[in-house]
Amino acid sequence: METYYWNKELETIDQASLEDLQLKLLRDTVQAALKTPFYRNRLKKAGINSGDDIRSLQDLQRIPFTTKDDLREGYPTGLLAVDLAEVVRIHTSSGTTGTPTVIYHTKEDLDNWTELVCRCIVATGATREDVFQNTMSYGLFTGGLGLHYGAERLGMTVIPVGSGNTRRQIQLMKDFKTTVIHATPSYMLHIYSKLNEFKIPLNELFLKKAYLGAEPYSENTRRKIEEFFHIDVYNSYGLSEMNGPGVSFECIHKCGMHTWEDSYLLEIIDPKTTRTLSEEHEGEIVLTNLRRRATPLLRYRTRDLAFIHKGKCKCRRTHHRLSRITGRTDDMLIVNGVNVYPSQIEEVVMRIPQVGTNYQICLEKDGTLDKIIVKVEIYSKLFTGDIRQLDALKAKINEELRAAIIISPIVELHEPGSLPVSEGKAKRVVDSRIKL
Amino acid sequence: MPRQLNIFIENRPGRLKSVTEILSQGNINIIAFTIQDRGDFGVMKLLVDKPDVAHLALADKGFACVLKDILVVSIQDKPGNLNKLASLLLKHNINIIDTHGFVIEPGNRGICCIESAGAENANITKILEKEGFGVLGDKEISEL
Repeated sequence: METYYWNKELETIDQASLEDLQLKLLRDTVQAALKTPFYRNRLKKAGINSGDDIRSLQDLQRIPFTTKDDLREGYPTGLLAVDLAEVVRIHTSSGTTGTPTVIYHTKEDLDNWTELVCRCIVATGATREDVFQNTMSYGLFTGGLGLHYGAERLGMTVIPVGSGNTRRQIQLMKDFKTTVIHATPSYMLHIYSKLNEFKIPLNELFLKKAYLGAEPYSENTRRKIEEFFHIDVYNSYGLSEMNGPGVSFECIHKCGMHTWEDSYLLEIIDPKTTRTLSEEHEGEIVLTNLRRRATPLLRYRTRDLAFIHKGKCKCRRTHHRLSRITGRTDDMLIVNGVNVYPSQIEEVVMRIPQVGTNYQICLEKDGTLDKIIVKVEIYSKLFTGDIRQLDALKAKINEELRAAIIISPIVELHEPGSLPVSEGKAKRVVDSRIKL
Repeated sequence: MPRQLNIFIENRPGRLKSVTEILSQGNINIIAFTIQDRGDFGVMKLLVDKPDVAHLALADKGFACVLKDILVVSIQDKPGNLNKLASLLLKHNINIIDTHGFVIEPGNRGICCIESAGAENANITKILEKEGFGVLGDKEISEL
C-alpha cells in the first residue's frame, strides 16, 4: 500500500526538529496567552511573564493545567487573545451547568485546522476523486464544519448533508456515489439497519471508507461496521476545545490515531496525581494548542482517557499514536455523539417550580441510536388539577432541555415520591445502553 | 360550588388501586369518576361524598391532588337535553374545559359534571334552573 502525505515534511519530521519547532511554537503560544486576563494572572503566579521564560519543553511542567471550569468562568471573553475584529468564527459548546464555553478562531486558526484535517483525510488514502458525505451536525458543533473545510481544500466532492434524515442520507449515498462518510459509529449502524426498509441494497452503494468519532466505540464495533458495509473504518478524535475533529486520526494502518504534534503538545497524566505517564500507560489526555492564536489553551485537561502507543508506525509518520478513547474521568454522557453532563439536566429541571425534588436520567438504545429519557416528579403543591398544565409542563421541560443539551429528550412525568431515592451521592443516571 | 377531586396518576399497574385503597380506608363513597389519559400519565377525577376528607387522605400519602370547583347539573334523561345544556353554556360564554356524565335513574335523570371557565362569575345557577336543570351542591351530591 502506498502512503500519501498532505504535508510530508511536517508529518515525517524527526524528533529533534519536532522538539525545536514545538519549543518555538510553545513560546509563541504562551506569549499569545499572556494577552488574556485569565492566563496573564495565572502564568504570572507561575513566574512566567513572557514566552521567553519557557526555556525548554520541560518548562511546560511549570504551566498550570486549564480545565473546562476555567473556560466556563472565562466565558465569554476571558480567554480571548486577539482583537475581536481578528476573529472570523466562534464555536460554543454547552457548559456543564448551563454556562457555555467558547472558542474563537482567527482566519489563520481556521486555516491551520483545515490543514490538519487535510492531513487526516489523506492519511486514510482518500483523494480528491472521492465523494465525501458529512453526516455530522453543522453549526456550533465542530464535527460538521471541521471535516467539511478539510475535505473541500483537498478537493473532494463534499455533500454537506448534516445529521439526521436517514432516508435522504442513503438516497444521497446512492445517487452521488458517496465513497467516504463521516459519522458517529452508532449512526453508521443505524444507517445499516435502515437499508432494507428504504429498499436500497448495499451493492447500490459505493462506500469505501468511514471516519467515525464523537463517541467511544470498541474494536469489535469497528470490525462489525467494516464487515457490514465492506469498507475501512478510521478512528477520529477531536474536541471543540482543541478546534474539533483533526486532533488525532488513523492512517491506513489503523493502529492508533496520529496526533499532530506540531500543532498540539500531547501529554498523558494520571488524573489523580497529575503526574505525567509514559507510553502505554492509560491516563487523561492533556493537550496544548501550539498554533491557535485567538484562544490558545495551555495544558487543557480533556477528561478523556487513553494511552500512547509505543514504537513507529509503518506509514513513517513520526507523530505519536493515541489509543482509542477508553473512558472519561468525569460523568459526562455521550448521547448520539453529543456531550451531555447530568448537571446540565439537573440545572434545567430544578429551576422549573412545578418539578419536585427528584428526577432521573435514563439512557437506552432505540435500535442502534441512543435515547435519553428524563423522568421528573411533579411538585404536588403546584398541581392545579388540570391536564393542560401537565402537557405544558412536559413541553416546557422538553424545550428547555433541548436548548441546554442540544438533543431532544423524552420527558416523563411521575408522581411525587415514585422515583428511586438515592442515598448519599445521588445516582440519578441509569445507563442501560449496550456498549458499542 | 361543589368540588371534584383531581389526582395526578402515572399510567402503570397498581396506581389506580393505590388511590381506591386510600379512599376505601377513609370510608369514602365514590359517586362518579373519569380519567383523562395521556398515555404515560393521566388525571383521575372523582366525585365523592366527602371531598375534603378524601383530599387530605390522598395528599397525606403524597399524591399530587387538588379540589376543583365544578358545576354539577342534574338533567332529565331524554334526547336533546345535553345539547340544550351545551347551547346554554355557549350562549353565556362558559367554556367547558372537561366534562363527564352519568345516568343515575335511567329514563329519568342524569348528572353532568362540568369543569369550566366563566361559571364562577356568571349567574349560571339561576339561568340553568330557569331552563329546568337542577344545579347540585356538595350536600345533594353526597346524597346521590
